Amino acid sequence: MLEIKNLHARVADEDTEILRGVNLTVNTGEVHAIMGPNGSGKSTLSYILAGRDSYEVTEGEVLFNGENMLEMAPDERAAAGMFLAFQYPIEIPGVATMEFLKTAMNAQRKARGEDVLSIPDFMRRVKAAAAHLNVSMDMLKRPLNVGFSGGEKKRAEILQMSLLEPKLCVLDETDSGLDIDALRIVSEGVNKLRSPERAMVVITHYQRLLDHIVPDVVHVLSKGRIVKTGDKSLALELEEKGYADYIDTAA
Amino acid sequence: MNASVPIKHTQAESDLFNRFERAKDALPGSVAVAALREAALNQVREKGLPHRRVEEYKYSDLRAFLKSAAPLADVADISAARAVLVAQDTFGELDRYKVVLANGIYLEDLSDAAALASEGATVTNMSDALAGEHSAQLLGSPKAGPNDGVIALNTAFVQGGVVIEVKAGATLSKPVELVHVATSTGAQVTRNKIVLGKGAKLRLLESFVGDTGEGELNAVFDYDVADNSSLAATRLIVGRTDAARLLTTIAKVGAQAELKSLGFVAGMRFSRNQQFVEFKGENSEAKIYGVTMAGGDDLADQTLIVDHAVPNCNSREFFKTVLDGRAKGVYQGRINVAQHAQKTDGEMMTQALLLSEEAEMANKPELEIFADDVICAHGATSGQIDEDLLFYLRARGIPEDEAKTLLVLAFLSEAIEEYGEDNVTEGLEARVRGWLAGH
Ligand SMILES: Nc1ncnc2c1ncn2[C@@H]1O[C@H](COP(=O)(O)OP(=O)(O)OP(=O)(O)O)[C@@H](O)[C@H]1O
Ligand SMILES: [Mg+2]
Repeated sequence: MLEIKNLHARVADEDTEILRGVNLTVNTGEVHAIMGPNGSGKSTLSYILAGRDSYEVTEGEVLFNGENMLEMAPDERAAAGMFLAFQYPIEIPGVATMEFLKTAMNAQRKARGEDVLSIPDFMRRVKAAAAHLNVSMDMLKRPLNVGFSGGEKKRAEILQMSLLEPKLCVLDETDSGLDIDALRIVSEGVNKLRSPERAMVVITHYQRLLDHIVPDVVHVLSKGRIVKTGDKSLALELEEKGYADYIDTAA
Repeated sequence: MNASVPIKHTQAESDLFNRFERAKDALPGSVAVAALREAALNQVREKGLPHRRVEEYKYSDLRAFLKSAAPLADVADISAARAVLVAQDTFGELDRYKVVLANGIYLEDLSDAAALASEGATVTNMSDALAGEHSAQLLGSPKAGPNDGVIALNTAFVQGGVVIEVKAGATLSKPVELVHVATSTGAQVTRNKIVLGKGAKLRLLESFVGDTGEGELNAVFDYDVADNSSLAATRLIVGRTDAARLLTTIAKVGAQAELKSLGFVAGMRFSRNQQFVEFKGENSEAKIYGVTMAGGDDLADQTLIVDHAVPNCNSREFFKTVLDGRAKGVYQGRINVAQHAQKTDGEMMTQALLLSEEAEMANKPELEIFADDVICAHGATSGQIDEDLLFYLRARGIPEDEAKTLLVLAFLSEAIEEYGEDNVTEGLEARVRGWLAGH
C-alpha cells in the first residue's frame, strides 16, 4: 500500500533537514503505529504524505499502491485514498460543514469516475456516521470546525474519515485532547474502518490509544529517522522507559 | 494659483460639451432645471472630469479612464425594451414588482405602477417632475459632497428616472426592482428619488446589467427615509460592459428609522459606487454593505461618507473586495461624528482578498469624531487566500479551483449574510460563483 524509501525532507527554503532518510513499508490490512519524541518529524511525515507544499522532498520516494505519490496533488492523493487526520484540525469560517462534506465526498467520487451522491443518500450517510461517533447534528450545522472544542475537532476528523472511506488512514495524534469516553468512541470508529483492504498509520505519544487500536507494527521516529521497529510490546516498553535509549542511537 | 487659466480639455470632455449642445433642448425640465444643468456643465468645463488630484477621486481617475464620451442613448423602442427586459437576468425568479427605465427614461407600460399604487406606492416620471413645481429641489447635492463631479455630470445630462413614494405606514408585499434596461449603446443618465412616508417599509432592488457601449451609466438615487420607516436597497452592478458605471446614493435618515444597503459589483471595467448617508433624526440605524469582485484591468471603487449629525444613531459599514488579475479595488469610507452627536456607535470594516500578485487594494477607512461619548471603530485588512485553509480542503479531495471558490464565497458571504436580505442571498452567491468561473 505505502512504501517510503529513504525520504529526506526539509521546510521549503530552509536548510535544516527534518526527515533524514525515512524507510517505511505499510502493507494492505496492516496498522502501524509511529511514536517518537516531540519534534522528531512525525507530523512532517504525515503532511508530506498528504501533499503539503511547504515541505520539500530532497531525496527518496513515496509509492502509494505503486504510484509515485509525490507527484500527485493533494486532492488527487485524497481521491486515490489517502486521508490525514490532522493533529490540529483547522477552523474554516464561512464554509458550512455539511456543504464541505458534500463537496469533498462528491469531488472524490467525480475524480474516481463515480456518480455523485443524491442528497438523501448523503444525509443518510452523515447521520449514521455522526451517530456512531457521538457527533451532534447541531455541530454539523456550524461552519467547519469553527468553535469546536479540541476533542470535537478530533471527532470531526474521524467523522470525515468514515465518510470518505479512504484506503490509507494517517492519524496524527488523534488521541490528544480526547476525554476517556471520546477516546473509546473514536477508537471504535477507527476500528470499524480496519479492514483487509485498508492500511493505517497511527501517530501517538501514548500506549493507551494502542490498547484500543492494536497495531501490527510499532516504529520509533527520532530526529527524522526510524530508529526502532517492533511489535506492540515496543509501545509498552517505551511507556515504561521513555525514549532515552533510542535518542542516543539516533544521534 | 493658476485657477483662472482654463484647463485643456480631454477628448471625453469635448465630447461631453458637444453632447450637451446637441441634447440640451430635448432634455426634460423647467427653466430652473436648465439653469442647473448649465451650471453643472460649467463646473466640468472649469475643473474637468474628476481626476486623481481631487482627493475624493485620488484612486479613481475618471478623467484618465474616459477616452471619449458617446452621445446619450436614443429613446428606446418599447418592444425592444420589453425583449431586453425579458431576456436579461437580474434577480432571477424572485417575485417582485418592476419599475423600468429604458435607456434612461421611465417606461410606464413595462412597469407595475398600477399594482404598486394599489399597495400605496406611487411612481412618477422624473421627466415630468423636473418640469413641475419645486423641480430644482430634485437635483440637490449631499452636504458631504456639494461639488461632486459625478453628481454634476448627472445633473447636466439627466434624461429621466422616477420618483417612488411609499405612503406612510405602507409595507409593500414584494420587493420593487428599479431596472435599468439598455436597448442600444449610449450614455444613460438617471436620477431617482425614493420617498418613504413615516412608518413605511420598502425593499428596493436596483439593477444595472445592460451594455452601454462607450457611454457612461450615471445614476443618482435620493433616499428619503422618514421617521420610523425602513428601507433595504440591494444594488446590482454586473454584466459585460467597458463603460463606466457611476452610481451615487444620497440618503437622509429620519428618527427611529432603518436604512440597509448592499452594493454588489462584479466584473465592471470602471465602477464607482458612492454613498452619502446623513442621519437627520435620533435612534436610527444604517447598515451599509459592499461586495466587490474585480479582475483583469478592472477598477472598482466603493466610497462612503456617513454623517452622524445627530446623537444616538448606529452605523455599520462592512465592505468585502476580491481582486484578481491587475484589478484595482478602492474603499474610501468616512464616519463623521458631529460634536453634539453623542452616543454614536459606528463600526467600519473593509477587507480585501487578493487572488493575484498584481491586484491592488486601496483601503482608506477614516473616522472624524468631534463628540466625546461615542463608540467608533474601523479596520482594514488585505491578504491572500490562506494556504493552510486551502491545503485542508484539498487534502479532503477538493480540487484547487473548487477549494478557492469555497473560500472566496465564504469570504464574501460574510457581508451578504450579515446584510441578511434572505430573498437575494442565494442569487448573489450564485453570481459570485459565476464571476469566479468566468472572469
Ligand atoms: N514549517 C516549519 N517551519 C520551521 N520548522 C518546522 C516546520 N515544520 C516543522 N518544523 C520543525 O521540524 C521538526 C519536526 O516537527 P514535527 O511537527 O514534524 O514534529 P512531531 O514529531 O510531529 O512533534 P510533536 O510530537 O510535538 O507533534 C520540529 O523541530 C519543528 O520545529
Ligand atoms: Mg506532531
